Amino acid sequence: MSPKPTPQEVREIVLRVLHTIAPEIDVASIDPSVDWRDQLDLDSVDLLNFLVGVHDALGVDIPEEDYPKLSSLDRCVDYVSARMQD
Amino acid sequence: MAEFRMPSLGADMDYGTLVEWTVKPGDHIRRGDIIAFVDTDKGLIEIEVWEDGMVESLVAAPGQKLAVGAVMAMIAAGGGAPAPAEALPKPAPIPSPKPSPVPSTPSEKARPQSRMEAPLPTTAAATTLGRAASPLARRRAAELGVELAAVRPGEGGIIRVADVERAAASRAEAAPAVEAPKAAPSVQAPPREPTTAEQRTAAMRRVIAAAMARSKREIPHYYLEHHIDVGPAVSWLTDENRKRPVTERMLLSAVLLKAVALAVHEVPEMNGYFVDGAFRPIERVHVGVAIALRQGGLVAPALHDVDRKPLVEVMKEMLDLTKRVRGGAIRSSEIADATITVTSLGDQGVESVFGVIYPPQVALVGFGKIIERAWAVDGMVGVRPVVSSSLAADHRASDGHRGGRFLAAIDRLLQRPEKL
Repeated sequence: MSPKPTPQEVREIVLRVLHTIAPEIDVASIDPSVDWRDQLDLDSVDLLNFLVGVHDALGVDIPEEDYPKLSSLDRCVDYVSARMQD
Repeated sequence: MAEFRMPSLGADMDYGTLVEWTVKPGDHIRRGDIIAFVDTDKGLIEIEVWEDGMVESLVAAPGQKLAVGAVMAMIAAGGGAPAPAEALPKPAPIPSPKPSPVPSTPSEKARPQSRMEAPLPTTAAATTLGRAASPLARRRAAELGVELAAVRPGEGGIIRVADVERAAASRAEAAPAVEAPKAAPSVQAPPREPTTAEQRTAAMRRVIAAAMARSKREIPHYYLEHHIDVGPAVSWLTDENRKRPVTERMLLSAVLLKAVALAVHEVPEMNGYFVDGAFRPIERVHVGVAIALRQGGLVAPALHDVDRKPLVEVMKEMLDLTKRVRGGAIRSSEIADATITVTSLGDQGVESVFGVIYPPQVALVGFGKIIERAWAVDGMVGVRPVVSSSLAADHRASDGHRGGRFLAAIDRLLQRPEKL
């Protein structure tokens, strides 16, 4: 098994996935603490595509009831990192 | 041998600019393969072929603006062995018309016509090309006159816009790298005038304006609205999604699309084209999905045969389509052939939407957001999730009575989501 990625690595992977969903977004301009659905104008299809991308990249399956826990970049990185420790 | 021509990519498109060939002379191609990228006011479009065969020669050059119907390439029919002399990459930029075409194999026409027979590649970049590049990167490379082969890919081996721009910048600094002309490109890419994002958005805005103005000028719209209790659909989805991995999960929007496609079976006057003064119903149901682009503008590419596909399949195709459209590329088969369109503005928070029909189609169904309402069922008032469904339909093809039956059919289908 490959070693667990660090939170910084998780952040990079998450941003890469986001880039495939929304290539026109300048990831440097994202405020990591603000709800990105509003900030980036993502709709429910984008969000599901994003979660599928995170799943494919990191192998983390996120149950539907946990979606609210991924509402910002910071929260998403925290959540995914925590899930990967399991 | 057949001439491959610039396909029509919708009634409102006359020209496209060839950005890149993804095949070269001598390549064998199969039905459904993507052979080129063409830039249009609707965005970058992946051009598919509909016959098996072999590329004889590429007639059009990257950077060239081509009218619909202009010859792009010569393709020998059949997937058999390459015809000896003709396949050699001799420097013949313009093919002289050859009198003896390669006879097509008789089995050719016997192939099943269904699109589902040949699964399309999910990413053109990964399968048909030596180099994986994002569609936006391809467009940028064509604009800057950068050969993708000369670009060093970034993370994951994929070429992105930034990699192309870096390559262009370093090329400008260094002495012009001597690109050994490879066998195929007898056609050289003339650098195009770089187009700004604003110009692109403005061009798309003109396309939308032309189509919508034509619609409002020519189509006598009528509008209906019906509120639908989506309680059964929402709770069914919640239960289903709990059992499913994220890759199999579904959204209400896919359920709505499927219900619309099945309702068409009951009221076929909603599905088809009004052309040459008459309504032509169409048997297959290709649902156009209105997808807003964050940078401005809108496209409504088609999901094919939605009525015949399982819901999970519809959902996956919708995810893939949205991702590709927002990532900058649509396939030629998707852009032109929707038979009815659905627009969902619920994510934007509006209660209802009354659409403008996309000609030559004759109907557009609009869905708003889910709102909890006081709702009477069997004489009891309860709180139910309710969605507004609307129909904009063409009075030349149908009347309000039939339109009402159509929305009622959608409602009825949504009460039994497990049957969809």
